[in-house]
Amino acid sequence: MTGATAHDVPRPRRRARDSLGRPPLVLLLPAVVAVLLLVSPLVTMVVATDPSSLAAAAGSPAVADALWLSFITSTAATVICLVLGLPLAWMLARVDFPGRRLVRSLVIVPMVLPPVVAGIALRTAFGRSGLLGEPLLATTGFAFPYTTWGVVLAHVFVALPFVVISMEGGLRAAGSGYDAAAATLGASRWLTFRRVTVPLALPGIAAALVLGWARSLGEFGATITFNGNYPGITQTMPTLIYVERQSDTDAVLALSLIMLAVSVGVLVALRDRWLVTA
Amino acid sequence: MRDVSPGRAGGLAATLTVPGRLDVELTAGPGDVVAVVGPNGAGKTTLVQALAGLQPAAGEQWLAGADLTGVPPQERHVGVVFQDQRLFPNLSALENVAFGPRARGVAAGASRAVARDWLDRLGVGGLAGRRPGELSGGQAQRVAIARALAADPALLLLDEPFTGLDVGVAAALRVELAGHLAGYRGVTVLVTHDAIDALTLATTVAVLDGGRLMQVGPPSEVAARPRTEHVARLVGLNVIRDGDRFRAFTPSAVAVSLHEPDGSARNRWSGTIRSAAPHGGAVRLQVHAGHDLIADVTPAATRELGLAPGRRVWLSVKETAITAY
Repeated sequence: MTGATAHDVPRPRRRARDSLGRPPLVLLLPAVVAVLLLVSPLVTMVVATDPSSLAAAAGSPAVADALWLSFITSTAATVICLVLGLPLAWMLARVDFPGRRLVRSLVIVPMVLPPVVAGIALRTAFGRSGLLGEPLLATTGFAFPYTTWGVVLAHVFVALPFVVISMEGGLRAAGSGYDAAAATLGASRWLTFRRVTVPLALPGIAAALVLGWARSLGEFGATITFNGNYPGITQTMPTLIYVERQSDTDAVLALSLIMLAVSVGVLVALRDRWLVTA
Repeated sequence: MRDVSPGRAGGLAATLTVPGRLDVELTAGPGDVVAVVGPNGAGKTTLVQALAGLQPAAGEQWLAGADLTGVPPQERHVGVVFQDQRLFPNLSALENVAFGPRARGVAAGASRAVARDWLDRLGVGGLAGRRPGELSGGQAQRVAIARALAADPALLLLDEPFTGLDVGVAAALRVELAGHLAGYRGVTVLVTHDAIDALTLATTVAVLDGGRLMQVGPPSEVAARPRTEHVARLVGLNVIRDGDRFRAFTPSAVAVSLHEPDGSARNRWSGTIRSAAPHGGAVRLQVHAGHDLIADVTPAATRELGLAPGRRVWLSVKETAITAY
C-alpha cells in the first residue's frame, strides 16, 4: 500500500517526516478507518457491477443523452461560475468594502443549504409565478423551470458558493504584494488583475473551477426539484440514476460506475496540472 | 510655516502621519539621496509605503511640483524597489522591466526597448529572457532596480536593497548603485540598516526612531555626532545623552581596568561585560554600565585582565577624548 506513495514523495521529505518518529496509533487508526470508509463503497460498487449490463448501459441512447446533458450543463455552469465568481472572489479578497463579511456569509448560505431546499428557493424566485420569473415570462416569454437553462441555473446556484470561496482562497494565497508593486509601476487595477493577479492565482482559480464542475456534475436535489426529469431536456446522469434505481438494479450500478469513471477521469487528468497542494 | 518649496521645485516635501506608527516631516531636493536609518520597528517600511501611497497617511506630500496628497499609487510616479523585490514571477526579466512603461501607455515595442536599455545599464541585459525564479539574489535585485527606474519615477524608494545579498554581491551593487543615483535627477529615499550605505550613497541621513525623525543631516555630521544609540552603534561610537546635550567618544579612547580608576570623577562607569569579539586588530567589548558602552582593547590586555563576558570592569575616558554637542 505504501509502494505507490513512496514513488510520489521525494525521498528527503519522506526521511524528514519519518525522523520525527512513528505516527501515534491514536491518529493512525482513525485515518485508516477514514480511508476505508471512503474507498470501500466504491470498490464494492465496481465488484457488484455486471460487465454485460455495463456494455448495455453505455450503449443506451437514454444514457448517452443524460451523459451529454450532464456534461453540457456542468460545463456551462462552470463557465458562468468563472464569469460571475472570479470578480466576486476578487472583490472579497482585494477590496475592503463595507459589508464584506456580510456578503461573504450570504454567499456561503447556499453551500450549507440542503439542495432540495435550494430547488424550492429557486422556484420562488425564478418559477413561472416567481418573484423574478413572472416578469421575466411576461416580458420575454421565457421561463427557467423544466428547461436546460433551468438545469444550468440550478447548477450555478449550488456550485457558485464553492467556486467563489475557493477562488478567494486562491487569490489570497497569491498575495497582494505583487498588486502593490504593479500599482507603483502605474498599472490600473484592471491591468493588474489581468496581467498579475489572475496569472499568479491561476492554479487556485483552476482548482476552484474543477471543484465547481464536479459539484455541478453531481447536482441532483435542486435540479430535480426545480426542473423535473425530462429525458434530453432536464434529465442529467444523477436524475437518470435516481429514476432507474426504482426499477433496474443492474442498470443503476452500470450508470453509477460510468459516473464514477468520469469523475475519477477528470480528477486524474487535472491532478498534475492544477490540483497540486502545497 | 512649513517650507514646501523643494516639493514645488522638483524635490520632495512631505509631512506624513500614520497614527501610532509614523509622524515625520521630510524634505529633499532633486538629485538628493536620503538614507533613512533606524532600528527594526522604527517605521522605515511604513515611511516607504506612505510615500508610495500604499499606506494611507494623514498629512501632505509634494513631489516635483505636484500635490500627491490623497493621490493613488498608480498616479504618483514613485518607483519602489521592495525589500522582497516582488518581481512578477510569471513574467520574464524583460517583461518585468517593460511593465511600467506599458502600464503608462507606451507601445509594446518601445517599452521593450526601454526595458532592454535599463537591463543593459544594470548589467543584466543577458538575462532578459529569464524568469525571476531563475535569477540569483543579486541579479534579481538589479532587475528590480531596472524595473523601478524604467517607469521614470520622480521619487525612487529603495527598501533595504542590499539585505539578503552575499557580502561581495552587495558591495559590487552598492558601487554600481552609487553611479546610477549620481546620474538620477529625481529624489531617492534609501532605507538601510547599514552604516556603509548611509555614508557612501547618501547626501542626507535621516534617523528614524519610534516613527519620528530624531536627526537629519549630512552623513559626516550624523556619523560624527549621532543623537541616537542606534546610529552610535552603527558608526561604532559611544554616545551618552544628557538632556539635550550629547557626549561622544570612540571605543579606542576607553580605558578598561579591573579596579576603580583614580582621577576625574565624571567619566567612569562600572559594569558587566556582555560580549567580547575580534574587531580589526583589537577586541571589542560590549559593557552594560547603565549605558551600553563599547570599548576596544588589545588582545594582550584581554588575556592579562581575563576580559570575558560576565566579568565586572571599570571603564574610563579622558575628558579631552570626548566630543560634546
